Amino acid sequence: MTAIRSVVAIRAGGLRKSYGKQVVLDGIDLEVAEGTVFALLGPNGAGKTTMVRILSTLIGADGGEVHVAGHDIAREPDAVRSVIGVTGQFSAVDGLFSGEENLQLMADLRHLGKQAGRRRVDELLQRFDLVDAARKPVTTYSGGMRRRLDLAMTLIGDPRIIFLDEPTAGLDPRSRRGMWQTIQELVAGGVTIFLTTQYLEEADRLAHRIGVLDRGVLVAEGTPDELKRLLPGGHIQLSFTGAAELERAARAFDGASRDDESLTLQIPSDGGIPSLRALLDKLEADSIDVDALSLQTPDLDDVFLSLTGNPDEQKVTVR
Amino acid sequence: MTTYSLVLGDSATMLRRNLRRMRRYPSLTFFIAGIPVVLLLLFVYVFGGTLGAGLGQVAGGRTEYIAYVVPGILLITVAGAAQGTAISVAMDMTEGIIARFRTMDIARVSVLTGHVVGSVIQTMLAIAIVMVVALLIGFRSTTGPLEWAAATGLLVLASLAISWLSVALGMVSKSVETASNLPMFLILLPLMSSGFVPTGSMPDGLSWFAEHQPFTPLIETVRGLLVGTPIGNSGVVAVGWCIGISVVGYLWARRLYDRDPAA
Repeated sequence: MTAIRSVVAIRAGGLRKSYGKQVVLDGIDLEVAEGTVFALLGPNGAGKTTMVRILSTLIGADGGEVHVAGHDIAREPDAVRSVIGVTGQFSAVDGLFSGEENLQLMADLRHLGKQAGRRRVDELLQRFDLVDAARKPVTTYSGGMRRRLDLAMTLIGDPRIIFLDEPTAGLDPRSRRGMWQTIQELVAGGVTIFLTTQYLEEADRLAHRIGVLDRGVLVAEGTPDELKRLLPGGHIQLSFTGAAELERAARAFDGASRDDESLTLQIPSDGGIPSLRALLDKLEADSIDVDALSLQTPDLDDVFLSLTGNPDEQKVTVR
Repeated sequence: MTTYSLVLGDSATMLRRNLRRMRRYPSLTFFIAGIPVVLLLLFVYVFGGTLGAGLGQVAGGRTEYIAYVVPGILLITVAGAAQGTAISVAMDMTEGIIARFRTMDIARVSVLTGHVVGSVIQTMLAIAIVMVVALLIGFRSTTGPLEWAAATGLLVLASLAISWLSVALGMVSKSVETASNLPMFLILLPLMSSGFVPTGSMPDGLSWFAEHQPFTPLIETVRGLLVGTPIGNSGVVAVGWCIGISVVGYLWARRLYDRDPAA
């Protein structure tokens, strides 16, 4: 038990949940190491929010086992609750209260005591840039301010494990960056973060490991680099005006795959400048006339779309 | 912290939250007091002359009717507060902050006790307002402070019972509209009791119902404590009803709160 606690912050095995006949989570297995960021990536309706709701003890699972900080969430929910913090997709603040009152409420519920609570409230108001708005009712806050307050409320009790359900959904670019920075600071302080997102950039930038959730199934899991490697490597695609040119080019490049119908040739490449230059030099040396050239490098978008059954082509075309 | 002091501490925090919300929306408290005040004036000045004459006492009239009807109005205040409680609970349950509370290591029942105690305080404030109006229009008590204290205690107990029941009604409602309609039957009950006319004047079936429903012993006891009419076993029956309704409301509300919240 102690061994698990020191290494794994969250462990789920065979996690299932259905609403009526609709299966929302269909046997999820995952592990999140302490002090790391795990991003659950998936389209709308994939089951991300349900996952967070179960892991954070808000709702029960239908099957499977989940341990958070070494505690079984079904048998010891209060032990789990004492070490976690949750910021959901919909703001969990009291709209009738001011930001300060909301934080004070959390401090009281975390039993911080009068002085320590007061200090913590002031500290968080400062840190999240809410000092000026502290006494104003939350209903007057902007989306970004609400989200900051929401996170500040989550941090009152210094949780070791934080669940963030789409923490940057609906935020403007500047607020999003602020949120990313906060998350990075938290992780630097040893906190474990489990976040859900629809944004690949966000997962790529923040997460140590990413799980791709699609229709209740974890279709892939690994580091961002591992996931990128799942896709066939990048390639350079050449288009020609005639079959003769295509024929010549195909003979010049070994291992290229040709498509006679669209008069294109795909040459495997890492997409780097040196390999591109080498290719252009060879075309010039052989005087092969190319109509168009496009460079295709796999990014998380390709991984995501190919895994979730929605192929798309991400192209940079050079003419 | 022990479980007991945890429940107490968290409940106090939740109560402060609810009281602060009430202060932000004082209109609800005035609404809760307003309806009974209107009913009081209506019954005394519109129906009171005739109803008072029908009480069967010597020289019955409006003044006697005031003494008769005030306890009924006080209990209608208690019953009427149920609607406000159910609405505020139903509204609260739709707020994201309740989901936050559920994922925090706090005494679970405190969210409910905060509402219940807040609602009792609100009801007692409304009762004080109604009482002041009653005294202004000529209600005179014939009993001492001990009886008044007992009457206050019983009204608190009745309010506690109705509050637990309305917290459950607020939670069982899928929408705020339902929460507003469900407790309506509670307001009808005092009207079908001995609060406004003696049960003996009603048709047989209704009179049996009036004598055996919780509001009649409550009203008879409060009336006895305030104007000295005989109480008989009404006091014991009233307290029994209050405890019974409180327990049922509490267990029901807890069960509803422990359900998984809807998505």
